[in-house]
Amino acid sequence: MFLANADVRKVARLARLAMGETEIETARSQLSGIFALIAEMQAVDTRGIEPMSHAQDVSQRLREDAVTETNQRELFQSLAPKYKGAPQVEAGLYLVPQVIE
Amino acid sequence: MTWEIVIGLEVHAQLSTSSKIFCGASTAFGAEPNTQADAVSIALPGVLPVLNKGAVERAIKFGLAVGAHIAPRSVFARKNYFYPDLPKGYQISQFDLPVVGNGQLVIHVPASGKTEAYEKVVRLTRAHLEEDAGKSLHEDFHGMTGIDLNRAGTPLLEIVSEPDMRSADEAVAYAKTLHTLVQWIGICDGNMQEGSFRCDVNVSVRRPGAALGTRREIKNLNSFKFMQQAIDYEVQWQIDTLVNGGAIHQATVLFNPDTGETRAMRSKEEAHDYRYFPDPDLLPLDISEEWKEQIRATLPELPQAKQARYENELGLSIYDANILTASREMAGFFETALAASSPDKGRAGGVEAKLCANWIMGEVNAQLNRDGLDMTQCPISAQQLGGMLQRIADNTISNSGAKEVFRTMWADGGEADAIIEAKGLKQVSDSGTIEALVDEIIAANADKVAEYRSGKDKLFGFFVGLAMKASKGKANPAQLNEVLKRKLTG
Repeated sequence: MFLANADVRKVARLARLAMGETEIETARSQLSGIFALIAEMQAVDTRGIEPMSHAQDVSQRLREDAVTETNQRELFQSLAPKYKGAPQVEAGLYLVPQVIE
Repeated sequence: MTWEIVIGLEVHAQLSTSSKIFCGASTAFGAEPNTQADAVSIALPGVLPVLNKGAVERAIKFGLAVGAHIAPRSVFARKNYFYPDLPKGYQISQFDLPVVGNGQLVIHVPASGKTEAYEKVVRLTRAHLEEDAGKSLHEDFHGMTGIDLNRAGTPLLEIVSEPDMRSADEAVAYAKTLHTLVQWIGICDGNMQEGSFRCDVNVSVRRPGAALGTRREIKNLNSFKFMQQAIDYEVQWQIDTLVNGGAIHQATVLFNPDTGETRAMRSKEEAHDYRYFPDPDLLPLDISEEWKEQIRATLPELPQAKQARYENELGLSIYDANILTASREMAGFFETALAASSPDKGRAGGVEAKLCANWIMGEVNAQLNRDGLDMTQCPISAQQLGGMLQRIADNTISNSGAKEVFRTMWADGGEADAIIEAKGLKQVSDSGTIEALVDEIIAANADKVAEYRSGKDKLFGFFVGLAMKASKGKANPAQLNEVLKRKLTG
């Protein structure tokens, strides 16, 4: 399967990645390489083999339903100003650019 | 030309666990913003989800209650989309291997207009576990939106039906039945105001026998009344659009309770490309036969089974059985009162059951409504009511006497026998006393008796009135009538 630049643009938009034309071209050829690998795997006969959803063949461990966390709002929100890109905080809320439905 | 309406529902039931689905933060409603948003809830780098056993138990419980298949192995998947109240950039949900598959729910659709009440089976496609998102507060914070992540990670069971419903009435009956069931089995508090039970309704119309029409999804309905209104409006809109030569485009719509209209949300480009894939942070969930059976043993008698028992064993009508199983509290109240009303017979049938049902659906419900209380706050206990019913059944008090006992109990408490004694409500059922009383009245009103005997039947009421007054209202009315009729006819 060969990817077109339009496919790469679509995937980039879904992943919210801003990509220039040269980056798109690079990504297209790299992703096409991955698709070649997938095509190779798909050629293997897997009839009669249980699909795996995880690399480790063990099952999920569960925790008891109990509240174990305490309120750490002050700590988390005091971190925000120290990191670039972290959201602002007001009245206990995280502030984000306005979302219009 | 007629149109057929096709409706399917997706219901998000918030599971009543004390902690979140993948972390130990509290799920309590109404806390200060972000005080229940721990490192996992706000998706700090490096955190890992650990599945809550209580959430899985509740999902299994639901599956068993609707006769569904419980997947021995199910898988969590990431549903990818960007929205600020979803801090990870994906929601952990289930996709092709949900925990519950293929169940069914029997619904009672009440009579309306020309159609009589009927029963219908609605098939359930699946129910899967997932986490809730946070809340966006769109009030203005200097042109910004405020995000509260307390709700992020709250466990939800999304229950998906087949498109089996053919009217708004059926859709509402289904939603109500489901709403009762999740509370009945104790997996969800059912509080619609707080968003614990949210309904998305898929609606399409078609010519009978034609292929399915294009559906539009009405999102986030949080009351049955709005659901009815939203579906009615949406159906009419779709029919009008088609009749006028338009086409229906798949869309998500919101219902505006103020205008009673549905309106399409601005369609997000490729909004449905969620790129699901198995979540590598979570291993497959195994549910053993043994665990499943342990949970099955904790299931209470279900509403449908109770209804059948009330009809077959107690001789109640479907209508009564339905009302009495509207909640587990109601059914419990009824059963306790009935047992108390006939202690020697144990589980009574026939007359006592109907009498008990009538009092609960009538006086008790009316008083609760008047006082703005629900069943759990009823000032009269089921035992108290049963004690009073026993005295109606054994003719100690008349119906009007019972009403007085009931009023007294409601206001001041007390047991029926004590109230009957204190207020002198015991009716006279001694046949000798009643006969003597009637004889006196007949002797004292010879002229009226003559009139009655010459055909003035209406005078009967006059004699009843006199006799009742003479007995100070205590004569057993049925007995009094019988004796009067016999003696007057002469």
